[in-house]
Amino acid sequence: MISDLFTATVIMGIISSGIRLATPYLFASIGEMFGQRSGVLNLGVEGQMLLGAFTAYYVVLKTGNLFLAVLAAMAVGAIMGLAMGFVTIRLQATQGIAGIGFYLFGMGMSNLLFQKLIGVVENINGFPIVKIPLLGDIPVIGEIFFQQNLLVYLAFLLVPIAWFVLNKTTLGLKIRAVGENPEAADSLGVSVVRVRYFTVILGGILSSIAGASLSVALLNVFQQNMTAGQGFIAVALVYFGSWRPFGILAGALLFSMVNALQLWIQVLGIPIPSELAVMMPYILTILVLALSLSKDKGPSALTKAFEREG
Amino acid sequence: MKNLVKVLSVLLVLGLVLVACTPAAPETSEPVVEDEVLRVAFVTPSNINDLAFSQSISDAMIVLKGEMGDKLEYVYSENMFVVDDAAAAIRDYAQKGFDIVIAHGSQYGSSLQEIAPDFPETVFAWGTTVDTFGQPNIHAYEAASDQGGFVNGVMAALLTETKVIGVVGPIETGDAKLYVDGFVAGVHSVDPSIDVRVTYIGSFSDVALASEAATTHLSAGADIMTGSAQMVIGAIGKAQEAGAYWFGTQADQTSFASDVVVASQVYHWEVIFREIFALRAQGVLGGKTFSANLENGGQVISINEGLGLDQSVLDKANETIQGIIAGTIAIP
Repeated sequence: MISDLFTATVIMGIISSGIRLATPYLFASIGEMFGQRSGVLNLGVEGQMLLGAFTAYYVVLKTGNLFLAVLAAMAVGAIMGLAMGFVTIRLQATQGIAGIGFYLFGMGMSNLLFQKLIGVVENINGFPIVKIPLLGDIPVIGEIFFQQNLLVYLAFLLVPIAWFVLNKTTLGLKIRAVGENPEAADSLGVSVVRVRYFTVILGGILSSIAGASLSVALLNVFQQNMTAGQGFIAVALVYFGSWRPFGILAGALLFSMVNALQLWIQVLGIPIPSELAVMMPYILTILVLALSLSKDKGPSALTKAFEREG
Repeated sequence: MKNLVKVLSVLLVLGLVLVACTPAAPETSEPVVEDEVLRVAFVTPSNINDLAFSQSISDAMIVLKGEMGDKLEYVYSENMFVVDDAAAAIRDYAQKGFDIVIAHGSQYGSSLQEIAPDFPETVFAWGTTVDTFGQPNIHAYEAASDQGGFVNGVMAALLTETKVIGVVGPIETGDAKLYVDGFVAGVHSVDPSIDVRVTYIGSFSDVALASEAATTHLSAGADIMTGSAQMVIGAIGKAQEAGAYWFGTQADQTSFASDVVVASQVYHWEVIFREIFALRAQGVLGGKTFSANLENGGQVISINEGLGLDQSVLDKANETIQGIIAGTIAIP
């Protein structure tokens, strides 16, 4: 029975499901990573995702314009990020509590707007599959990797871009400095407040796109609470990936593929109770988190408010 | 000053949360306090337009309102997936003097057990369950969803060409498990060789995972699928993309994907609540267990006539429904 898992259909299925499932995690986790690298923990990712998902869905429903939908979701994400920044950077509220507040706000507001503006679950036409010329024709690999929708490509492209920005640009250096030692960065003329606002707003934008990737690209529908905890998994993946873009990529793919694997285990009738099967990705995440945390403690100033002395 | 700013910031966040989390205002106006007007409130875990569990109770109230007119006033709290919030709403409705408070979610049981004794004059109805906790003012109601599942399964068995059928369930318990088990039994009553593959995704709301479960079934050769709970809209979308037939439950899902939904088992809770209303008029406030089934009309199989199904499939479905009602077909 277990040998049924090692067929081309199953392996292809697991990889392609894993890629789709990883897409919202990549957007949200990379956004969260920028915030955390500058010292701000945002637990409101789930709420930002839900508002992004609703906004994009609503714009497509009303206008049919997919790009406008993503832009609108980005704008809403930016506002959510700005609000989170104001509360945690300007007003210096405890980051964890403020994040939970914004999560509840995003969830409640997306429900309310859905009820008042739409009310009925409806399908929309979302981002179509775009086959990359030549690469998309490669047998097996082409089908898995190069026949996806635009937001899937963007999510994976975001990883090297984030790595480059973080490690090879002055902006990245400032973000890392602010997250490690804000007082030292400040003494060298880096505006800690401005850098943190930038990363938190960027995080809001990317979380919102993560939500949009669900509602207008992968599922083409909106339902209340449809993110089902993915925003919190995205935060966990930042720790899982040790605050590094490629670490996050590995974590997102591993988590998503184990999730796809457990679906195949059930479909193939391998005698493992469904309750145990659905726990697999979470157990794995906890294990890796427990192991990785012992090595990497993350940005030194994470969750610490900054106030200029004197 | 710093402390003041912190306090203000926390208040700001709390304010935002309160604004967002306050349940939508009830759709009906404040009920008129008159003896002959029955005041009913229901609390339900998801959106009343979810095409599934919550919609079924909302649809029932719409029917009863249509029948009773001004004699019935009803209000509701939806999206009460946090049990503590639901408990607060249930207690609030009882305190406000509603005659009947419906806790539409098996997860609300322990809350109801605590609240009901404090309001001995209020009728509480709890579903889907068979347990009244021995309380004189709690009725329990459930759906014999294995019956509709069985009928759907019989039709699915007649329609499958690949002989592989996929099922997307939420959590292996309660109403969902009853439906899925009935469906599998229905398929196998026609052809035991058909491979019915069941997945439980461990969530009632993870639309993305339900969608991937459906994709997995399709990759494994399924040409027909079914599923239970509100997250199945993700799975129906994939069925639609692949042109695979879908069988629904809890509410009529034809409107969502009219080109692939073959039939839906629809709950008609109004059948149960007519009885509960009548019992209250006679002074019976609780202690009874009700079942919505094919026999009493609490369950109806709604066929999508737009699909133009073969008459032999429709005849077999009808024959199965009649057999279950007459007791000549026993669901294992």
